[in-house]
Amino acid sequence: MRQVKNIFWKEFMTYFLSPIAYIVISIFLLITGWFFFMVFFLYNQADLRDFFGLLPIIFSFVVPAVTMRLFSEELNVGSYEILLTLPVTSRDVILGKFLASVAFISAMLIPTLAYPITISFIGQLDWGPVAGGYIGAILLAAAFSAIGLFASSLTRNQIIAFIIGLAICFALTLIDKMLFFLPQSLLGIFEYLGADFHFQNISKGIIDIRDILYFLSVSFVGLYGAHLAMEGKS
Amino acid sequence: MIYVENLTKYFGDFCAVDQINFDIQKGEILGLLGPNGAGKTTTLRMLTGFLKPTSGTVRVKDYTIDEHSLEIKALLGYLPESAPLYHDMLAFDYLSYVANIRKIEKDEKTRRLRQLGDLCGINEVMHKPISQLSKGYKQRVGLAHAMMNDPEILVLDEPTSGLDPNQIVEIRDIIKEIGKTKTIIISTHILPEVEATCDRVVILNQGKIAADGTTETLRQGARGESVINVSISGANLESVKTELGSIEQVLAIEEALDRKAEDDTALHVRLSCTSASDLRADIYRKIKQTDWILLEFYQEVQSLENIFRQLTKEN
Repeated sequence: MRQVKNIFWKEFMTYFLSPIAYIVISIFLLITGWFFFMVFFLYNQADLRDFFGLLPIIFSFVVPAVTMRLFSEELNVGSYEILLTLPVTSRDVILGKFLASVAFISAMLIPTLAYPITISFIGQLDWGPVAGGYIGAILLAAAFSAIGLFASSLTRNQIIAFIIGLAICFALTLIDKMLFFLPQSLLGIFEYLGADFHFQNISKGIIDIRDILYFLSVSFVGLYGAHLAMEGKS
Repeated sequence: MIYVENLTKYFGDFCAVDQINFDIQKGEILGLLGPNGAGKTTTLRMLTGFLKPTSGTVRVKDYTIDEHSLEIKALLGYLPESAPLYHDMLAFDYLSYVANIRKIEKDEKTRRLRQLGDLCGINEVMHKPISQLSKGYKQRVGLAHAMMNDPEILVLDEPTSGLDPNQIVEIRDIIKEIGKTKTIIISTHILPEVEATCDRVVILNQGKIAADGTTETLRQGARGESVINVSISGANLESVKTELGSIEQVLAIEEALDRKAEDDTALHVRLSCTSASDLRADIYRKIKQTDWILLEFYQEVQSLENIFRQLTKEN
């Protein structure tokens, strides 16, 4: 656990060493702010449903951008050799990097707390769905981070890692919108696979163990995939 | 201390390291020598647990690499080729991160970082990002990284490649200094480096061990013959061949045209002899009986470079 902590801190601090972190945060806040407030006053409702409704799509772009360098850069520079000849296991490395990415995305969400606070001044805000939405957002960030980490472990090229991660996250987000193409018998399975479906459940303020389990299992599969990819390189 | 047993590594169909065996004693400085692509780096990477051997194993003390790789990694300090460090970190931050991973306690850490800063001469670059360091300084930060845990075994992959002559001498001095107390394995293709620093040499060629021994034993045993050069005036090649060829141990006599200068009337010959005994006395007696004038007469010392070229070219 101590090694996970060391790697977590190193990765988390490294995010703030390069300008990319600040660029990603700014773009994220600009886009969510714009799309959210563009329609907020038209609906005239004091809730954050539109904000959370957009989050899976925005996350499928932002999260792979956050995770793309985690392994690709190490593979490209060769520092991976140094990392793995230090007394750490590949599990420590993957968990440390994963937690750093989740922590970074959580930090990115903190400024958006300004939205519910503002709204609570101008209307009656129900804090239940808001709390659910933020819990869901962190779970979604975890699942997408694991996928992005897996994509990053496949290649030494950060752009390719970004595109692979984006493709998988985007597919998981949109899969339950495409259900009318599918036969009736497969509907249940594909609906269950959709990240957006589970996220919207949680952001209504209903915390269901099935939805939490979904995000945890996607995270696990992604991290395990990264583990296998890294083992395959030695 | 380190036992390499039947170590083999395949990359697909390509055999990079083929069944090599050698032991390293405590306190020894071992040079791993070989042309490019001989399998030096692959061997070191298996030794340090970065690559898994296809077959065979490495034992360090009582640990084997496939079961106790964490314990072995804790004993080792490893500097990979060209020191691939995180380039966006400050040298100080990087070394302090390595110290954390090496489980060095907080109060001990400051002392250790200062000590390594002095030893490797990197105090003045501690607060610069690694990407801005020159190659020599980067290599030294890498060396400090490898020595962080005061390792019993230090593995350095081409530690002086790409450095200028002054830096090479400095790094060599550091290695010698550490080598007084530690076991060190250095891979290199720079021969003077081996002669300057190593107690023992293992020469690899195409994944196999071509030679193993001290530089002295390699010189003697490299090939079963020694070479004597003679320059004579007032003689022709035929008579020299008949006179000197009558000595039993002389295997061949040939004219050494490469030593002949312009308008040089002397005859230069190269004698290949079995190296069992020193033949210089016999040859001198033979020449004394004739009316030739002896201008030059010396036995060639086998340079490590020649030995290396022979061993790695023949196969």
